[in-house]
Amino acid sequence: MDFETSSLGRKQKVRAVDRVSLRINKGEIYGLVGESGSGKSTLGRVSLRLYKPVKGKVIFENKDITYLPERVIRPLRREMQLIPQDPYGAINPAQTIGEALIEPLQVHFNTSKEEAFNRACRALEEVGLIPPEDFMDRRPMELSGGQLQRAVIARAMILRPKYIVADEPTSNLDASIRTSVIKLLLDFREKYDQSILFITHDIALLSLIANRIGVMYLAQLVEEGSVEQVIKEPLHPYTKALLSAIPLISSQIGLEKVYLKGEIGDPANPPRGCRLHPRCPLVLEECKSREPPLIEVGNGRSVKCWLYYK
Amino acid sequence: MEVLTVNDLWVKYYTISGIVSAVSGVSFKLRKSEMLAIVGESGSGKSTLGLALLNMVPKPGRIERGEVILDGVNILKSSPREIMKIRGSRISMVFQDPFTTLDPLRKIVDQFEEFLIEHGVDKTRARSIIKEYLEAVGLPERVMYSYPHQLSGGQKQRVSIAMAIALNPQVVVADEPTTALDVIVQKQIMDLVDSIKEKYKSSIVLITHDLALALERADTVMVMYGGNIMEYAGKTELYGNMKHPYTRGLFEALPRILQKTLPKSLPGNPPDLRYPPPGCVFHPRCEFAMEKCKSEKPPLIEVSKDHIVACHLYG
Repeated sequence: MDFETSSLGRKQKVRAVDRVSLRINKGEIYGLVGESGSGKSTLGRVSLRLYKPVKGKVIFENKDITYLPERVIRPLRREMQLIPQDPYGAINPAQTIGEALIEPLQVHFNTSKEEAFNRACRALEEVGLIPPEDFMDRRPMELSGGQLQRAVIARAMILRPKYIVADEPTSNLDASIRTSVIKLLLDFREKYDQSILFITHDIALLSLIANRIGVMYLAQLVEEGSVEQVIKEPLHPYTKALLSAIPLISSQIGLEKVYLKGEIGDPANPPRGCRLHPRCPLVLEECKSREPPLIEVGNGRSVKCWLYYK
Repeated sequence: MEVLTVNDLWVKYYTISGIVSAVSGVSFKLRKSEMLAIVGESGSGKSTLGLALLNMVPKPGRIERGEVILDGVNILKSSPREIMKIRGSRISMVFQDPFTTLDPLRKIVDQFEEFLIEHGVDKTRARSIIKEYLEAVGLPERVMYSYPHQLSGGQKQRVSIAMAIALNPQVVVADEPTTALDVIVQKQIMDLVDSIKEKYKSSIVLITHDLALALERADTVMVMYGGNIMEYAGKTELYGNMKHPYTRGLFEALPRILQKTLPKSLPGNPPDLRYPPPGCVFHPRCEFAMEKCKSEKPPLIEVSKDHIVACHLYG
């Protein structure tokens, strides 16, 4: 599985994603982390070809799907699924859970009503909504947030997709049920050999589940590497700042703390030079005028920062 | 010295689908320049409790019983006029979503000024207070003439904080003040709250779902579940010596960095407070539940000095 995207612009002048390339290997969990406004959700949706990039390519299983018409893409949609943050926005509030699960089966596989019903029941069982008959006739508002997110996962998985974009799937949930939802996703991945793009602002969570991590800031990828490398030895000042800001755990890792001034800028009007430079305590003269390249530092690691330029 | 004392507070919501017991018999004391964190998940009653501290529970909610004593006065007994005066000047509130507290159609300076004038400040004095407190929360002066939509989430939250502290209240109740913000801004805002506590000697009630944040920032931590206090202790004591199975469950649910095992999660869902479970409200999700827990509500027991737990394991 292979994705490449670059230079994506949405709406007149807002470059929500700016010259980003990333590759998700088969069976891998790629964690994409960043603050709101970093473009991580846009990138996730581009990788599903829900948005079309202005420039660049989206390659799914060696096939360039960037400019395929909707009619041709549709059969591929069953192999790529999105799990969004807000489950209440994901399922039509007027639909029952049963209808929401049966619909994709009928659209994609023309499954008979009876067969679809049975498969929907099994899917609900698989996500721990038991007994499934109890949930089939309920509407989204009649489920708790955790239950509904399980139903959303059941619907995404019912088509047996190979690639999942999970966009903050647990950040609306309470801590005590969050892990069980993550566990569910990991179990599915194991069982059906899926690849996951896991989008979150929670770098601690990523450290537990991801194989590789990409850090985004103002529409650009600023650091990438294996999870151990990025967490144990973060290179980019922004990654260090993200780790330094987490309550409690930031003191558990021997980390050189970095605190940033101010807030993330406006992606429609990013700062010149390095986009972090107005906030960065380690700023060099160079950073103010020239944008740093994404520098390869070995072991599949890269960092977009002048501090590492040799 | 106590600034705020809460005695046996009960709050219920009379909804169409039933009576919800949101807060059930909560008591605690808050000292001068103490930061108390009230930790709980959705439905724990923590936000209702926060509103009750300002006698501000919205309909169909009702404070059934109890006392909220601020400076020797039970403000639940105060007249509507008195309470309007007390709110904002002696006890104030910062909400999760700064969108809901600021009027989108008016400049910051106009709404800030109106608030001050309502509390009897004259116009010239109001201007200087506004300047002083916007500066105190780290905002440039030009923010005065901005509309809320021209500010970022962090800046708006700073404005709300400036308004909350402008009249030097003894107590500031902050209900999830950083939940809507990104982690780096979250840290900046919490640093600001810390510095305000130091500078103005205010007492702060921090309502949060995040046990890690509470353990890092607060002086004392109160854990709530289903409208009841589960555990209450000083931060260091609690961190080293968590007793209640729910507190431990919440703590184990925090992700530990780079561990290859996922944090534990509690089985089940939060209780339906229209029909709270009998006995201990946590027993249906508790791995240590005994027969007794299903029928008898555990009393609050002091397990060591100033460390209180409601659990039959320690009875």
